Amino acid sequence: MSNTIIEIKNLRKDYHIGEVTVHALRGVDLQIKENEFVAIMGVSGSGKSTMLNILGCLDKPSNGDYLLDGVDVKTMNRDELARLRNRKLGFVFQAYNLLPRTTALENVELPLFYNSKIKSKERYDRAVNALEAVGLKERMHHMPNQLSGGQQQRVAIARSLVNDPVLILADEPTGNLDTRTSFEIMELFQDLNEKGRTIVYVTHEPDIAKFATRNVVFRDGRIQRELVVSERSYAREILKTLPVENIEEFDA
Amino acid sequence: MNYKNLLKIAVRALVRNKLRAILTMLGIIIGVASVIAMLAIGEGSKRSITDQVSSMGTNMIMIMPNMQRRGGVSLGASSSMALRYSDVVTLRNESAYLAGISPEVRASGQVIYGNENTQTTIYGVSDEYLEIRKLKVGSGRLFNDSEMRSMAKVCLLGQTVVENLFGENSDPVGLTIRIKNLPFLIIGTLEDKGESGMGQDQDDLILAPWTTVQRRLAAIDYINGIYASAVSEDKSSLATEEITEILRRTHKLKESEEDDFRIMSQSELIETMSNITDIMKYLLGAIAGISLLVGGIGIMNIMFVSVTERTREIGLRMSIGGRGQDILRQFLVESIILSILGGALGVIFGYLIAKGAGGLMNLTTFVSTQSVVLAFAVCFIIGVFFGWYPARKAANLNPIDALRYE
Repeated sequence: MSNTIIEIKNLRKDYHIGEVTVHALRGVDLQIKENEFVAIMGVSGSGKSTMLNILGCLDKPSNGDYLLDGVDVKTMNRDELARLRNRKLGFVFQAYNLLPRTTALENVELPLFYNSKIKSKERYDRAVNALEAVGLKERMHHMPNQLSGGQQQRVAIARSLVNDPVLILADEPTGNLDTRTSFEIMELFQDLNEKGRTIVYVTHEPDIAKFATRNVVFRDGRIQRELVVSERSYAREILKTLPVENIEEFDA
Repeated sequence: MNYKNLLKIAVRALVRNKLRAILTMLGIIIGVASVIAMLAIGEGSKRSITDQVSSMGTNMIMIMPNMQRRGGVSLGASSSMALRYSDVVTLRNESAYLAGISPEVRASGQVIYGNENTQTTIYGVSDEYLEIRKLKVGSGRLFNDSEMRSMAKVCLLGQTVVENLFGENSDPVGLTIRIKNLPFLIIGTLEDKGESGMGQDQDDLILAPWTTVQRRLAAIDYINGIYASAVSEDKSSLATEEITEILRRTHKLKESEEDDFRIMSQSELIETMSNITDIMKYLLGAIAGISLLVGGIGIMNIMFVSVTERTREIGLRMSIGGRGQDILRQFLVESIILSILGGALGVIFGYLIAKGAGGLMNLTTFVSTQSVVLAFAVCFIIGVFFGWYPARKAANLNPIDALRYE
């Protein structure tokens, strides 16, 4: 029996814009267990982004309970949430959000700077290991503008791994990438998941959602349906069937 | 976050934008450099003036008659007859702090030799006068007691007078000149003294026994002033008090009456002069300070632009665990580094400018430790003050909005 990482009960989120109240989430129950690989889907305005913000402790629920790795998020203040993000979560964004004119290594080191327990030697070692895990150790001294989109997203994934989080949250991680590169990134996620990482990602492409083990579909602030993926795609298999176009991507 | 990490993050952020960092610093560099240079020039001229004044003798004390008023009308200081030779005698006998004392009687008039003539001031003094005023006999000799008693028509000439009447490098000792139509025997000349700190020619004078000048040239029975020297510089204020006490007593002044004399000591004069140059120095410094302020506003400006430009970076830092205060400190440290580094470069440039200007305009300049410390302190304050508001703005961003910022 695996541990429950996320435990959400009757979660609501309201926004007040002037005198109008928007109900972004209207009572969501969700459980995510360790080593799950979950895709959150839904059209825009369905509440999936709000859900991801709350999962990522960037926003707090208006009502209901959220336990992350056994910690009650609702009672925490801004600084405690920041600390929680630093120790327990890893983020991957659609637009990579790497610091410009900063090497891959320094970008990956960044989260560890906000943990004063980690000394510079350990920081360096962990960043190099994370880059090795995403296959970019040889490019650690490259600037983001010297890397392709896929490589930049790999650096971002390495950054999300470096603090050894209980959960990786990815917000449309393949949204800016072509099909082949998208599959490569999903291959990397599947690898990480096989090695025990719990990953939650948002996507609106059914193709990409098929790589997960479970899909959660939002509609109008509620979970419309939840299903275990029956015919799961494996990125490694699909990549073999694709013609090799972007050979330079594999240059070391 | 510990301070080492904080510093590293701030330095990396600045290095990412070298050109912008340098341009921002430029304002501070110019501001600090001008403050340092201005203060150096001000301090330098203060020192050179004080040096020149000191060369006239720091122990010197001058006693002048005070301005007299009759029915509210000032009669001018020189009209006063308050001082007499008897005062000189009393002071010499009673004072414990005076090393030398001499009366001074002034007369001005035409001096003729052959067909050359010049207009100058004739100082009637006693033999102690030379020591007090740091004058030296160049050639010939000084007048003696019997010449003073007998109102002998003898004199010593300053170098300017010698040049005007006899031409350069001549020795007129033994010749006779006419002062206000009376024949005077030249018994000596004075050594060259140059210009005073005020640009006054100190060699344009004739010395004669005070009795001679008083009776034969000025035809008065009082004296114009008394020159004295204190036994040492630090005793000059004691000597001043003592002179006041003695003169008030002998002049039989009542409690309610004002002094009928005025005492100026050289140390007081130095103080007055340095006060004047201080005012000049701080005025220059204040003008330069304004450019420093403008530099500070430049830093604030750039920090604001930087916060807006780096909104996504701030959002990212927050999402990976940066607290509001971490962001605040990062921006604050960036602005402090900019201003301190700008300050350091400014000090170096200011020093070079001061030296360069000093050489070019033939000015003495002096960069004081005080002004360097001041510049650094001001820079630090500028960094904190002008960095605070933009840093707060950054720290208060909402991470969700910041991450989505386009």
